[in-house]
Amino acid sequence: MPVNEYKPLIVAFCCNWCSYAGADLAGNNRLNYPADVKIIRVPCSCRVNPMFILRAFQRGADGVIICGCHPGDCHYTSGNYYTRRRMALLFSMLDYLGIERERTRVEWVSAAEGAKFAATMNDFAKTVAALGENKRLEDLRCKK
Amino acid sequence: MQRIGVFVCWCGSNIAGTVDVQAVSEALKTEPGVVFSTNYQYMCSQAGQDIIKNAIAEHKLTGIVVCSCSPRMHEATFRKTAAAAGLNPYMVEIANIREQCSWVHKDMPIGTEKAIILGRAAIAKVNLNTPLTPGESPVTKRALVIGGGIAGIQTALDIADAGFEVDIVEKKPTIGGKMAQLDKTFPTLDCAACILTPKMVDVAQHEKIRIFSYSEVEAVSGFVGNFDVKIKKKARFVDETKCTGCGLCTEKCPQKKVPNEFNLGMDNRRAVYIPFAQAVPKVATIDADYCSMLKNGKCGVCAKVCTAGAIDYKQQDQTIEEKYGAIVVATGFNPISMDKFDEYAYSQSKDVITSLEFERLTNAAGPTAGKLLRPSDGKHPHTIVFVQCVGSRCDSCSEKGKEYCSKICCMYTAKHAMLTRDKYPDTEVYVFYIDVRTPGKAFDEFYRRAVEEYGVHYIKGMVGKVAPEGDKLMVRASDLLANKQLNIEADLVVLAAAIEPDKSARPLATMLTASMDTNDFFTEAHPKLRPVESPTAGVFLSGACQGPKDIPETVSQAGAAAAKVIGLLAKDKLTGNPCVASSDELMCNGCSSCANVCPYGAITYENKEFRMPDRTVAIRRVAKVNPAVCQGCGACTVACPSGAMDLKGFASSQIIAEVDAICR
Repeated sequence: MPVNEYKPLIVAFCCNWCSYAGADLAGNNRLNYPADVKIIRVPCSCRVNPMFILRAFQRGADGVIICGCHPGDCHYTSGNYYTRRRMALLFSMLDYLGIERERTRVEWVSAAEGAKFAATMNDFAKTVAALGENKRLEDLRCKK
Repeated sequence: MQRIGVFVCWCGSNIAGTVDVQAVSEALKTEPGVVFSTNYQYMCSQAGQDIIKNAIAEHKLTGIVVCSCSPRMHEATFRKTAAAAGLNPYMVEIANIREQCSWVHKDMPIGTEKAIILGRAAIAKVNLNTPLTPGESPVTKRALVIGGGIAGIQTALDIADAGFEVDIVEKKPTIGGKMAQLDKTFPTLDCAACILTPKMVDVAQHEKIRIFSYSEVEAVSGFVGNFDVKIKKKARFVDETKCTGCGLCTEKCPQKKVPNEFNLGMDNRRAVYIPFAQAVPKVATIDADYCSMLKNGKCGVCAKVCTAGAIDYKQQDQTIEEKYGAIVVATGFNPISMDKFDEYAYSQSKDVITSLEFERLTNAAGPTAGKLLRPSDGKHPHTIVFVQCVGSRCDSCSEKGKEYCSKICCMYTAKHAMLTRDKYPDTEVYVFYIDVRTPGKAFDEFYRRAVEEYGVHYIKGMVGKVAPEGDKLMVRASDLLANKQLNIEADLVVLAAAIEPDKSARPLATMLTASMDTNDFFTEAHPKLRPVESPTAGVFLSGACQGPKDIPETVSQAGAAAAKVIGLLAKDKLTGNPCVASSDELMCNGCSSCANVCPYGAITYENKEFRMPDRTVAIRRVAKVNPAVCQGCGACTVACPSGAMDLKGFASSQIIAEVDAICR
């Protein structure tokens, strides 16, 4: 990896039951991925309010990824279906606002898919790094 | 303002090897609210927990952050520690700097920087934590066991012996499962029926056990301690309470050409049948697909011969609704289909059989009354080739086989080979293998006996092709150790088919919201420390539904699952999860958005009086969350348009604080 490559800031929302456990499994198996990825634990991917994602972009995140259980496997039966619909809408709106589609992603990672988690994060970090710094969504209230 | 203590764990060198723990605890000292910060070698040890307890007392801490391993590992530990020191356990947050930091990043400065950021996020969250108290819910003191094989039988017996009621749901007309089909069991070679059928009788006679045979679980709702289950009892057209199991109907039924699934289709049964002599419950079942009375309204022989008057052609499927405190999954396994393995000519020749079919052929109650005869012509086979790992350990053939090792095949093939040589010493027996895997008590000795005492030819190498030629089977294989090609003229080829979870497991997992791995085996809550619990509270795993297993292992797991169930049912009340949704009545406008997305029906509405600023009283419809039913997914919090709904422990303000801390 080139030394002066852009180090993006990536926020990953992981559901407690599948993806967070998948991330733990990636750790157990020592599968490396960039430290740019910072994980926030949520009970279910459907707990991720679009506001959280907007907030991350306002505060300078370069990419946001939401990971949940595979469709049909949600611990809460149907939470990830809501995520899928909500995020489809939100991401197309963000795209319209100038936050490229590649900066946002929804992935299904089960508790058994440590390898998939690491591969997903490697790929996402690479994609976001290639896009460079994010144009911040200006929010006057956020200015210090 | 909170008074927060930060405790950074080294985890020996697991964390300290890649994260400068000293620097982390120093850096976090200056975070808002932090009044104390330290690091220690093993925070989870008694000494480490004492550090936390002392600090809580000494510095009057109102919240703590432990930077350590995953919260899935030790969150409960540190919550208990906090509670012991008089701090509300929900004032504890974990920053996962092991699984999600030190183990996945190799570079010390990078790891340290990330650990600081993760700690910062946890501190930001704790600043907004509020003490939570879990609610209590009652426990229904009855367990449901799904599957009536040896796993389900053993689990049910163990739970019932402890004094709790158990229901077994079995989709087949009898309990017994795969073990009932086996002839002898390794490594002791005792007869499967002799050790299984007494247990089946015990189940039938146990006053605490009910058997729902020929039944399936249709729907599951509720939660640990309070499951509501709908069981579909399929119509068997025989009144179970009247049938004496005399078997007269099964002898007189004129429909004789029904493939007998108990003998894997190697012989026929009647349309009305009892699967095998020792079936439990010993009650006849009419196969609606073949019965001409049910199909065309003509016949009625069974009703005429039945002296008990048990035949009831008008019987309907019945749905039973029952409450349970715990559910044990024991759905077992099946051998995979051999149809796709054309190279072994399974579908071309009757003399290519699976190991389970071989088991029936050698069973005294099987289609040949225990004589080893070829299915095609009924002659005694003189050369038998066993092929191991058919579909197991199959990296390149994922469409037809499985990647994993099926675990039991090496041992039962050694058993088959040994028993054949013992009974028919004139038979030449070849076993083709990739590796012989025989870990287990007295297992390797057993395999060596097959080779050394019984003269079974074990050949390392795989069979490339089986070609039927006349009444023989030409087996082309390679001997990897001698480095040569072999052509064996065999009379019988036995395939050790890989095993896979039963097909009913997948829809059941969805109903139970229990997770499965990529091979459809149920996942355990922790692969080492919680091997018989599923990640879903109140759902336990027994037997091969969790992974390939032999009988001794299945029985021990069944006992372990029973112990866990007994532990749960012995409680009068369960403490619930306090991280549930709650609605701010002042902000709620009663729009129903939250109730529409709630998967548990935990949200109801009530009319509430509000005193307005102008002293008038207004009545508004507001949402109300039932904390005993809410599971805390948070779907409602996002659906709520007015921001009235929030989730305790994962409040919007807390998650936003984490986002801000990470993006600072």
